[in-house]
Amino acid sequence: MFQIRIHGRGGQGVVTAAEMLSISAFLEGKHAQAFPSFGSERMGAPVVAFCRISEKEIRLREPILCPDAVIIQDRTVIESAHAFEGVNNNGFALINSPSDLQCDLAKTINVKCIGATEIALEQVGRPIPNAVLLGSFAAFTKIITIDSVIKAINTKFVGSIAEKNIKAAQVAYEQTLGEI
Amino acid sequence: MLYQLEGSQALARAIALCRPKVVCAYPITPQTHIVEGLGELVHSGQLQDCEYLNVESEMGAISVAIGSQAAGVRSYTATSSQGLLYMMEAVYNASGLELPIVMTLGNRAIGSPINIWNDHADAMSARDAGWLMMFAESNQEAVDLHIQAFKIAETVKCPIMICVDGFILTHAYEQVDIPEQGEVDEFLPEYSPHIFMDPKRPLAIGAMVSPTDFMEVRYLSHLRQKNALKVIDQVSLEFSAKFKRNSGGLIRQYNVENAETVIVAMGSVLGTIKDTVDELNMTKDGQFGVLSIISYRPFPKQEIRDILKGAKRVIVLEKAFALGRGGILAEEVEMALKGENVGVSSVIAGLGGKIITKEMLKECFLNPMENECFLGLNQEVVNREYRPLVNNDVQ
Repeated sequence: MFQIRIHGRGGQGVVTAAEMLSISAFLEGKHAQAFPSFGSERMGAPVVAFCRISEKEIRLREPILCPDAVIIQDRTVIESAHAFEGVNNNGFALINSPSDLQCDLAKTINVKCIGATEIALEQVGRPIPNAVLLGSFAAFTKIITIDSVIKAINTKFVGSIAEKNIKAAQVAYEQTLGEI
Repeated sequence: MLYQLEGSQALARAIALCRPKVVCAYPITPQTHIVEGLGELVHSGQLQDCEYLNVESEMGAISVAIGSQAAGVRSYTATSSQGLLYMMEAVYNASGLELPIVMTLGNRAIGSPINIWNDHADAMSARDAGWLMMFAESNQEAVDLHIQAFKIAETVKCPIMICVDGFILTHAYEQVDIPEQGEVDEFLPEYSPHIFMDPKRPLAIGAMVSPTDFMEVRYLSHLRQKNALKVIDQVSLEFSAKFKRNSGGLIRQYNVENAETVIVAMGSVLGTIKDTVDELNMTKDGQFGVLSIISYRPFPKQEIRDILKGAKRVIVLEKAFALGRGGILAEEVEMALKGENVGVSSVIAGLGGKIITKEMLKECFLNPMENECFLGLNQEVVNREYRPLVNNDVQ
């Protein structure tokens, strides 16, 4: 089982990101479970969402305490949300940041930074980094393919919003592939 | 067909497949997405011949369901927590009037303190209201139970409440097999009540019943619940035969044969319990089993007794309790085991969404405890806030 925890703020599409991740895995024939940790459902408030991916049926319902990967949609929540807590050794941390962050964790886990908000602004015209990060995540972890990420985006969005988010995810995918 | 869907959306589709003619609800977290989903299905024309009513309150929602069901049409509503309390007077009426309304309860704690997260306090507040009550373990089972619910309720002539854990299931995306319309139509015939309100054939329902007959009417309701034990089993078997998967029924056993300790629980926590028990059994040689209670009302006392009497120890884990007394389900299981030499311990867990992890469960299942334990209770907070009575307080 591969477990992913996504941190960010209300309005950044954190819950939608976990849902799209689960749809991507489902489309590849895997079992997946995505669920939010709702607290205050307000714009800007810290939000956490979870996704489990497995070859077998998933019965477990506990929150993900020891993730194999974390996706940080907003780096300002890292400290307050203890975003790296419990990440498994050799796990992954994908951080929305235009410049590399100095981080001790890089010794034990794979850390990758990408300016997802900048790519989203450029491609979608809105600072919502979730689809961008999923594109990057596909390249970084290889847990899901970019093709299924694109299909998942298409289940959640329609028309030009879908097209722009797909383009943004593809840009992030290519950029990340080139950097790892 | 398989879909990756939010639990609430899956439920909306499943309920629409049952062709309700009236859907009425008032929004309350975490149930809201279900009726929003149904509203969209009605609006888009995917659910036809159905009147979707926005009402002013939960009391309005259940009252509309009572009225439309009494007029002879299949009616559905949903609520959670305080919403159920607000409609409670009419909840009793629905069962007294023998109206087979189907209601989803997106289980949520009851305040105060206000809390939107999951536990079973809302369901327990309706445990004596005369409704059938079933608990779903997964979103697949929640879908399947709703399809079975209409058939069970209409056969028994009793309303039914399908309990689905708020957020943990209602807001979880997972794989769900949603049947085709044709299959559901074959399984669930059109609702045809033998008696209903009709201006052409006037009748009155809900008349006052005097002390000479009230107990008899109540007892008849009790008998209907007893009959439901057979119907629930039968409908579950029919469902399995038709849809090729096991869902529903009264209870479900997991690794119970030869288990020394059997954990009893209801709802979505069973998945985490089963994973915990699998891990414990790898080292403890099959000592632990799990008994899921799917039908809470009627309470399958004899079936529970038959299975648990072979165990040495029973641990009942539940997400609600009776303040001033303790575990509710635990006491009912204890009653079912009366006269048998089986120790029953009570674990209260997950109140107001408190997390329940495998590690917490392992420790709890492995270490023999007192009769009652509150899983994950922060004793420091309790010690700090607790003010014991002193002599002067007692006059």
